[in-house]
Amino acid sequence: MAVPVTYYLILSAMLFAIGVTGVLIRRNAIVIFMCIELMLNAVNLLFVTMARYMGSGSGQVFVFFVMAVSAAEVAVGLAIIIALYRNRQTLDVGEVNLLKW
Amino acid sequence: MEQIFFFVFAAIALVAGVLLVAFRNPVYSALSLVAAFFALAGLFVLLNAYFLAAVQIIVYAGAIMVLFLFVIMLLNLGHAGALERVAGKYRRVAVVLLAAVLVAQLGFMAGRHWAGTPVSDEAPLFTDNVNAIGKLLYTRYLFPFEVVSLILLVALIGVMVMVKRDRGGGESRSR
Amino acid sequence: MDYAIESVVKIVVVFGGMLGAVAYLVLAERKVSAYIQNRLGPNRVGPWGLLQPLADGLKFLFKEDVIPRHVNRFVYLAAPPAILVPALMGFAIVPFGDTMTLWGHEVRLQIADINVGVLYLLALASLGVYGVVLGGWASNNKYALLGGLRASAQMISYELALGLSLIGVLMAAGTLQLDEIVRQQSERTLFGFLPGWNVFTQPLGFVLFTAAAFAESNRLPFDLPESEQELVAGYHAEYSSMKFAMFFMAEYAHMITASAVIATLFFGGWHMPWLVDPGSSSIGASLLKLLAFLIKTGFFMFLFLWVRWTLPRFRYDQVMWLGWKVLLPLALLNVFLTGLYLTLTH
Repeated sequence: MAVPVTYYLILSAMLFAIGVTGVLIRRNAIVIFMCIELMLNAVNLLFVTMARYMGSGSGQVFVFFVMAVSAAEVAVGLAIIIALYRNRQTLDVGEVNLLKW
Repeated sequence: MEQIFFFVFAAIALVAGVLLVAFRNPVYSALSLVAAFFALAGLFVLLNAYFLAAVQIIVYAGAIMVLFLFVIMLLNLGHAGALERVAGKYRRVAVVLLAAVLVAQLGFMAGRHWAGTPVSDEAPLFTDNVNAIGKLLYTRYLFPFEVVSLILLVALIGVMVMVKRDRGGGESRSR
Repeated sequence: MDYAIESVVKIVVVFGGMLGAVAYLVLAERKVSAYIQNRLGPNRVGPWGLLQPLADGLKFLFKEDVIPRHVNRFVYLAAPPAILVPALMGFAIVPFGDTMTLWGHEVRLQIADINVGVLYLLALASLGVYGVVLGGWASNNKYALLGGLRASAQMISYELALGLSLIGVLMAAGTLQLDEIVRQQSERTLFGFLPGWNVFTQPLGFVLFTAAAFAESNRLPFDLPESEQELVAGYHAEYSSMKFAMFFMAEYAHMITASAVIATLFFGGWHMPWLVDPGSSSIGASLLKLLAFLIKTGFFMFLFLWVRWTLPRFRYDQVMWLGWKVLLPLALLNVFLTGLYLTLTH
């Protein structure tokens, strides 16, 4: 029994929503970052579903690109987090307000 | 059979996602994200994307999340003093509402257009996944591929410069 | 139905064999180290100490199981299985023999022949680090934490070399299936007399892969995460009884899987050159092929022991230097050379 496309799409939407919620309500920079990863993965799931549905490999290639870019993003982001923590001893995004006004 | 697997993996992914947002300790958050990545790899297998399932484990679970754990442990963010404060009551209500609205919206959009269409069995299955993806990568998507490799290189150098503590002499740390 | 029964039997046999091999590899380690250091080694339990693993197992089972009060209980309990399970799963895709005809029934001596075989192995290798990192963190002990930190940095660094050193083999083979890679090696000869093993076509890849595999299994000279003299025992300092035994078994299971993979990818797996016709599937030939696989794997297990008792430990910066500035560029060079050769000959 095959699974309808809708199920995958809704699952992807829910995961994305969870990620967005996390980004909006959490204050710890590293957790926010992980929520962004979850959002990227929700989109990856969408890509793979559509690749399967359309019978084309392009969707899978894009997931590959997303993974490579998110690996780069994580490396840079974590470096920023380390630098931030060294300078301010906090990862609370509410307290990193040096550029605010 | 396929549906059972789908629901199991979907449930794991959703629960892990919620826990990721809910846990106060970043180490637990990271672990639940790892669980979500495993569930997604399982879903990729269900969708015949074997190559991506393997890469998902290698890149996300094996490299990215280990890096997250490394940083959390290096900065010792798991100890009690570093935990963020609990959100207030109104904020929690707002969060639940917001999440519900988001899911409903996205689900509605997804459901309206694709309602009832099963993942077609007639569509050519990628049994020779790696081969097909490799061919696409080096023909149609050659330019994006090169750009991605450049991005990775830039990230590598940028990170080196950023994290290095004392410029000029001294021992250098590499990751 | 037949297929399911066959798979279950194979899983049970391989799993049991793996655990037995782990137990006797520990004994072999003690015997080899004794021989290298001019000692006798265990010789009290049974003839030549052959029942020693049994005694060790009983001892582990009956020891008091201490869970220190300061640990993070959930993660502390989850870490030992998290390292043992990936270590045992790796063997599932290694072909330990050719197709064998048993009772008029063709049996493939491999649990699962999945089409992304090599990637599966790399994925498991990259998961092995979780048990170490989590065990180190949950123990709430500075030595354990340092061990965990070292392990994560070391394993991420050497995974790159591990993966890249295989690219050459994969480029030449054009497949990720281990069974197919073995078959290709068994079906060709080099210069008319050498068996067509990848070690002769990819010598650099073999050396790099072996070095990276040593680092991935945290064996000396790369056992920085546990280094007894400076970190007490590193990530498993707070573990006792069966939970410590699981860390211990995982290390040996890693060694066995790594040896089997090296034998498969670089030394023709079950291929026995000159003696056995690779195409033959008679019962005698199949058994000889199985024997060939066991001999090759056994040799690499011995190599792991030999190196451990011969070389001193690296300093931490030396480990990083070796991984990033020696193995990685050489692996890239290997990819380049293989690509060049393939382009020129095709």
